[in-house]
Amino acid sequence: MTVAAFTFYFFALTTVMGGLMTVVSRNPVHSVLWLILSFLSSAGLFVLLGAEFVAMLLIIVYVGAVAVLFLFVVMMLDVDFAELKAEMSKYMPLALLIGAVILMQLGMALGVWNFADVAAANIAAPMSETQNTNGLGLLIYDKYIILFQLAGLILLTAMIGAIVLTMRHRTNIKRQNVMQQMHRDPAKAMENIDVKPGQGL
Amino acid sequence: MVEFFTTTNLGIILVILAQCLLVLVPLLVALAFLMYADRKVWAAVQMRKGPNVVGPFGLLQSFADFLKYIVKEIVVPAGADKFVFFLAPMISFVLAVVAWSVIPFNDGWVLSEINVAILFVFAVSSLEVYGVIMGGWASNSKYPFLGSLRSAAQMISYEVSLGLIIIGIIISTGSMNFGAIVEAQRGNAGLFNWYWVAHFPMLFLFFISALAETNRPPFDLPEAESELVAGFQVEYSSTPFLLFMIGELMAVVLMCALTSLLFFGGWLSPIPGLPDGILWMILKMSACFFMFAMVKAITPRYRYDQLMRIGWKVFLPLSLFWVVLVSFLAKFEVMGGFWARWTLGV
Repeated sequence: MTVAAFTFYFFALTTVMGGLMTVVSRNPVHSVLWLILSFLSSAGLFVLLGAEFVAMLLIIVYVGAVAVLFLFVVMMLDVDFAELKAEMSKYMPLALLIGAVILMQLGMALGVWNFADVAAANIAAPMSETQNTNGLGLLIYDKYIILFQLAGLILLTAMIGAIVLTMRHRTNIKRQNVMQQMHRDPAKAMENIDVKPGQGL
Repeated sequence: MVEFFTTTNLGIILVILAQCLLVLVPLLVALAFLMYADRKVWAAVQMRKGPNVVGPFGLLQSFADFLKYIVKEIVVPAGADKFVFFLAPMISFVLAVVAWSVIPFNDGWVLSEINVAILFVFAVSSLEVYGVIMGGWASNSKYPFLGSLRSAAQMISYEVSLGLIIIGIIISTGSMNFGAIVEAQRGNAGLFNWYWVAHFPMLFLFFISALAETNRPPFDLPEAESELVAGFQVEYSSTPFLLFMIGELMAVVLMCALTSLLFFGGWLSPIPGLPDGILWMILKMSACFFMFAMVKAITPRYRYDQLMRIGWKVFLPLSLFWVVLVSFLAKFEVMGGFWARWTLGV
């Protein structure tokens, strides 16, 4: 077995194992940690494919940012796991049914799947001259710029929607005024008073 | 004999291992003395003597500390998640070491010369937050948990502006390889050709973001010994604590290396005519570490909300604006390609 093959099997097994343990493990924080392992090993698979830029992006975006948010939320959860398990057995038959139906549909759809001739022609010719990063840049920002901008707009809409839905202005709480805090100095905040003996203020 | 090391799998693995040790061992030894230097600078600012008992001038203090940590008893809290509890310090140590695999010390003196070296360093340093979060959560105690939450938010926030500053440098160079970034700073003007001139405002933003990213004072809120006792490390003792400490210090030294590679021309000599070499790199890293130590000694700790405000409302817009500005300066080759070094054909 060559080194590359060994590395592939190692990363592939770790990815699948991590995914499985994400579902199986009892503690949600452990689940997220297994998920991170899964992300990391799939980044390794990308490196093996020669897509080092995508691998690094996968780590930076998914592991470095998204999974941290997951972990944040999951760590703060105060859930009674025993109760959750009891609930789960109640819904199990329904969930299994839905899973089976989706699996059947996927099987039916993919069973008759055929590549159209147009689709094969649409695949961009491999750019052997440039590096991955340059090639991706040219594709995303030159060739498919409009699609890219549209995707960005959709994300922006979703973000604004989430902010609008969750933001509420409460009037009865104290807020800090940052500018006021910054421009506070000893001359304005303090006053020297010469207290005469026996008089007080 | 030479064939064994260049053709067989075992030979190649042995060579790679030897190279790794060649980087790691000097680094760890240097770390011991940097720790000592850090404490000496701190002491000098406060007009104390600092460590001066173990060895001549206290030079061996770090080694004594090292032994002390190793022989102490490991205490595990009763409610701790044992596996994650011990995984956390290992992760923060291993990640701090891994990033050094792509850092060059001289022209071609690098363990693995990859195209996306700078992204790799960035990815690894974005993973470093996990050591802190896992340590804080697994301790199953209030102060570590609060410390780790603070730290996670802080490290994520400052990563954003660090990334944007790095993008500016990448635009100027046209490559993500450290060798190419350093070579792009070569020129007839010596030190005035380096990126600290071209990206002058970003040097300060990078330095401050690096302080926040590595949890150094004045941004050491995860530890905050006066409010959170010692943050995420409260429950750690002995070797796990040592691993956390080494990992943290190594991340600081990594940031020094990054600063000297990105802004101060790495191994290039500041005066045209003098030979380039690893000595310049070491000198620049030491000067940078001296700045880190000075900042620790002379600044009071930031308040947490101020830290987040300055990260998201000041640093992020500034660095984003700089990326846009540099793109324009590079596109139109202002000042004969001062911001577009790839056009100069070096």
